[in-house]
Amino acid sequence: MRIDARGMYYRDLNKMIHQAVKNGETEIVLDNVNGQRYIGTGINEKVRITVNGVPGNDLAAFMNGPEITVYANAQDGIGNTMNDGTVVVHGGAGDVLGYAMRGGKIFIKGNVGYRVGIHMKEYQDRVPAIVVGGTAGDFFGEYMAGGILVVLGLNRKPGDPLTGDYLGTGMHGGIIYLRGEVERYKLGKEVEVFELNEEDEKKLQPFLEEYCAHFGFELEEVLSVPFCKLLPVSKRPYGRLYAY
Amino acid sequence: MSVYLPAEFNVQIDHTLCRRCRRCVAECGFGTLSFKGDKVVADHKKCVACQRCVSTCPEAAINVVKNPLAYKENHHWTPEHIKNLHKQAATGGMLLTGGGNDKVYKSYFDHMVLDACQVTNPSIDPLREPMELRTYLGSKPDSLEFRYSENGEYKLKTKLNPQVKLDTPIVFSAMSYGAISLNAHKALASAAKECGILYNTGEGGLHKELYCYGENTIVQVASGRFGVNQEYLNRAAVVEIKCGQGAKPGIGGHLPGEKVNREVSQTRMIPEGSDAISPAPHHDIYSIEDLAQLIYAIKEATGYEKPVSVKIAAVHNVAAIASGIARAGADIIYLDGFRGGTGAAPTIIRDNVGIPIEIALAAVDDRLRKEGIRNKVSIIASGGIRSSADMAKAIALGADAVAVGTAALIAMGCRLCQKCYTGSCSWGIATQRPELVRRLNPDKAAQCLINMIRGWSLELKEILGALGVNAVESLRGSRERLRGIGLNETELNILGIKPAGR
Ligand code: SF4
Ligand code: SF4
Repeated sequence: MRIDARGMYYRDLNKMIHQAVKNGETEIVLDNVNGQRYIGTGINEKVRITVNGVPGNDLAAFMNGPEITVYANAQDGIGNTMNDGTVVVHGGAGDVLGYAMRGGKIFIKGNVGYRVGIHMKEYQDRVPAIVVGGTAGDFFGEYMAGGILVVLGLNRKPGDPLTGDYLGTGMHGGIIYLRGEVERYKLGKEVEVFELNEEDEKKLQPFLEEYCAHFGFELEEVLSVPFCKLLPVSKRPYGRLYAY
Repeated sequence: MSVYLPAEFNVQIDHTLCRRCRRCVAECGFGTLSFKGDKVVADHKKCVACQRCVSTCPEAAINVVKNPLAYKENHHWTPEHIKNLHKQAATGGMLLTGGGNDKVYKSYFDHMVLDACQVTNPSIDPLREPMELRTYLGSKPDSLEFRYSENGEYKLKTKLNPQVKLDTPIVFSAMSYGAISLNAHKALASAAKECGILYNTGEGGLHKELYCYGENTIVQVASGRFGVNQEYLNRAAVVEIKCGQGAKPGIGGHLPGEKVNREVSQTRMIPEGSDAISPAPHHDIYSIEDLAQLIYAIKEATGYEKPVSVKIAAVHNVAAIASGIARAGADIIYLDGFRGGTGAAPTIIRDNVGIPIEIALAAVDDRLRKEGIRNKVSIIASGGIRSSADMAKAIALGADAVAVGTAALIAMGCRLCQKCYTGSCSWGIATQRPELVRRLNPDKAAQCLINMIRGWSLELKEILGALGVNAVESLRGSRERLRGIGLNETELNILGIKPAGR
């Protein structure tokens, strides 16, 4: 099913999408999307939504199953409290991606803004993941409690830092994989840098393969630079604060 | 170091009355009592005055008294300050507490009185005449349009926003599973159902056993988003964005890993034993526009079928904030005053930050009226509502309904010892220890809550009858029916009431 979203109010557009899903559509293509918010929000079915144009904030918020592909840049708040599904963005994206995301995957071809992966958490078999092809802004992985964050730094201009400052501030679970090195001053005080072990490589590989498949990169090239990982040094960054 | 701290309370055991059944030894959640030699002995320092032993001793052989230990009289350096400093010197930590602000700030409820009819206008006897307490929470339209149908009836043409019905203008305040026990939650949920009102999950997620109470449930979406998924949102009657809490405005929450047992981990949807950290702000909300974005994300996710509430703590510029919340598309504003309770908060915050609910409520209602948007939101007022009188006064000041937390806990047995943060609650309320949780029978506790709601509702009807009105709607925002006693002009002005005698 194709919907021309040109000039459409977001609420009407989303109503049409929800109705289409209810009618059993499994492939929905949205043309001329231009800033409409909440696309994919609250959808529980495993449908495929193609977004031609720039979707608005909170793409895939509270989403629970669909696969969304965006052929443009995307904005803030992708995957807010998302439970399951996949978002693939053939461009860059804004701030606060994957807020408290509990499952599913987000692949961003280019750069992302601030506070990406904030409060991401994992639970039982749900391990959310965000793979950023370019660079990330400040507070990457803030309060992270679970899941996997990856920054590749591909196609960087010389001098462009891989991430911003306060990396992993408040992190108390999950793993951040970085392709390349990270300056110590950028680290939040709750994290430490480690080398990858075999298990990490096994864990990381499928995400890298999927990234390359989505965006047409060579896995070999991606693997040509060694990765490091960040782990929280304590599961209790805020222990010992109180007098009982 | 804490050995140098004197006991706060003394446990007095009358060994002549004591029949050595050792019940009290088992009843104390704080490990104060033990049986040594041929009698029960107390480690007074552990006693928190929760009165569990006193209440359960079959011989009434125990009493708990304040330790009369003398401090040199000093009106600035009170014993509390001295004790707190000793504790901090020993630990280097922030002082924690539970319950609500217990300091001697003025209670405005206690300086306001209600009106009644005499001679010139008749009062109404609620025992004989119908008295309407039903309240609908949700955004009301600016105006109503009707159409005349073929069969000669008037039909409502205006499309109403989602409304939730309360049989009486009370809801139970947000208390999370984790902070309180599952049995306490079950009691709140089933009492809410029985009374036709709502309870609130707090930010700890929704336990599967409570799914059946969905229609009576407010679910919270807080900064940590614990347990929030599509099912959680869809089960609820109301979805509430928690921005603040009266007991700790501007402060986040933090459930330590040792309290995240298997069950708690399931409802919060985080691994067992991991800390559940709710940062102070939602990091996707830095403005009213951002708040609007989350409100509408929730509305999109729930098909615009449920009212969305925004809970904030009463702070200095609460009126302006509330105006923003109403304009951001919220259906309900939940105002929590500084007497509001908590499972755990830094004492210094609880006792020194925020403003009274009476003041906040008056200021918010006033502002929204002046801006012509009062109908856009319902207001729930909470933070120290102790009785139906407080409720009636809050409604007269402009609240659509009140939320009760501490009062509900007390109805279930709580003695307000303020040790909720220790997880050792002897009454089985603020604890996850199975042997303590077990002693709170959810059916009995629910009955106590139902009784309390019934009592308050009857009293509210009496108040309305005395006022000569037959619906709580007629009291709502009717400040003319309130008078102040012992309030200065500014206070009267803010509350929008006249002094007694005028
Ligand atoms: S803490 Fe409670 S149960 Fe224990 S001794 Fe004191 S009053 Fe009794
Ligand atoms: S809930 Fe329990 S621990 Fe908290 S104040 Fe009441 S009796 Fe004390």
